[in-house]
Amino acid sequence: MSEGKIRVLVAKPGLDGHDRGAKVVARALRDAGMEVIYTGLRQTPEMIAEAALQEDVDVVGLSILSGAHMALIPRILEMLKANGQENVKIFVGGIIPDEDAPRLKEMGVTEVYGPGAPTGMIVNEIRAALEPSE
Amino acid sequence: MGKSPAESILSGELMVLARLLTQVENGSPAGRLTLDELFPHTGKAHLVGVTGAPGTGKSSLVNQIALQYRKPVSANPKRVAIVAVDPSSPFTGGAVLGDRVRMRDLAGDPGVFIRSMASRGSLGGLAQATAAMVQAFDAAGFDVILIETVGAGQTEVDIARLAHTTLVVESPGMGDEIQAIKAGILEIADILVINKADLPGVENAELALRGMLGLSHPVEKVFRHHGQAMDLPASEPANSSVWVPPIQRTIATDGTGVGELVASIDQHAQHLRHSGDWIRRDRARLEGELEALLTETLVAQFRLSVPDVHYEEVVNQLVQRTLSPWEAVKVLLNGEA
Repeated sequence: MSEGKIRVLVAKPGLDGHDRGAKVVARALRDAGMEVIYTGLRQTPEMIAEAALQEDVDVVGLSILSGAHMALIPRILEMLKANGQENVKIFVGGIIPDEDAPRLKEMGVTEVYGPGAPTGMIVNEIRAALEPSE
Repeated sequence: MGKSPAESILSGELMVLARLLTQVENGSPAGRLTLDELFPHTGKAHLVGVTGAPGTGKSSLVNQIALQYRKPVSANPKRVAIVAVDPSSPFTGGAVLGDRVRMRDLAGDPGVFIRSMASRGSLGGLAQATAAMVQAFDAAGFDVILIETVGAGQTEVDIARLAHTTLVVESPGMGDEIQAIKAGILEIADILVINKADLPGVENAELALRGMLGLSHPVEKVFRHHGQAMDLPASEPANSSVWVPPIQRTIATDGTGVGELVASIDQHAQHLRHSGDWIRRDRARLEGELEALLTETLVAQFRLSVPDVHYEEVVNQLVQRTLSPWEAVKVLLNGEA
């Protein structure tokens, strides 16, 4: 993977139907030279874990606006681990209350972004997160 | 020491397969070694190429074809691998690969493996990486491998050359009969699909395609009247030496016509096996791969033997127009023009 492109799965777990943010991020990552696998709306944790495995991604980006993050994200983390993909970095964006962000990071999420997060920052932090292990 | 990656893949470990696909896409030496080990296990899968202009519904159709192969109606559903290629940006090298969006019906089925792939610029490189990925899936025991290409163009012709059966997907309103008789993408079709067959203009699209087929198979035309599109393949005996590409109408969003399409695909595979074309195509494909690899390796080796200074000098002379490209090659190979 060291000589390859950074591969990112961008997914929207849960039931909210608003994917503008996910698309903006996908586009920004593309423009930063990454390969983004975009899976669309209403993904179950099972679908996300399966896609992450088949696509052998380095990063999973999750966009959640529904408030169900504390239910969905642990499940996704668990399934990635069960598949042997504990090294995959998880980035979360959307509407995440401030008090939940540290709890998500404790579970293993690398970074949490709210509305207005500059895309350049997201790009840099993804690159930084992948560097030491490569 | 545990199992080698190749052994893990043969025993069905999907994570190891996924990792190998990344390695071959990146052209890593480790991936190449694993492929070497897997190669004796290849040659069993039916490779189906799906190509056509952007927006004709290739991804949705691939989704439906895979679903059809997975239906329990046939006693042993086939394992299906999908390689879905989308374009890379020529400027940043990045890509948004969106084919999975149309393939969500296949989620959760362990008999289906979808892999998205960015075209990453170089034409020859893409065809090579695709070939290597297909080999990996073949060895891993997938019965049908669907290769979905980017929109239509020369690359697609190359990728189609990989496949046993090539589907060219059109949709109504894509152009008149002049488009249809232009050389290129339509010629490579083993099966023509008119998707979005619920849209107006489907009759004209079919007429144009049928006219094109008539021009390219004048002998066959004698035996056929204007008539029903759908029974072309059915009226074709399996041992006939000439395969006339059938025209299939489909509506990929609801699956209409997909059963007939898959029957056509299977029929084409049978035709290839009976006529001996299967072996001939296999041979031509492997020979092509060998030639491409040989060319690449020889060029790389040769470049190592030429000092960079000398090479730069020759390029300078090209720029100054004191050498033509042909003379430059002679200078590099023989030392003089």
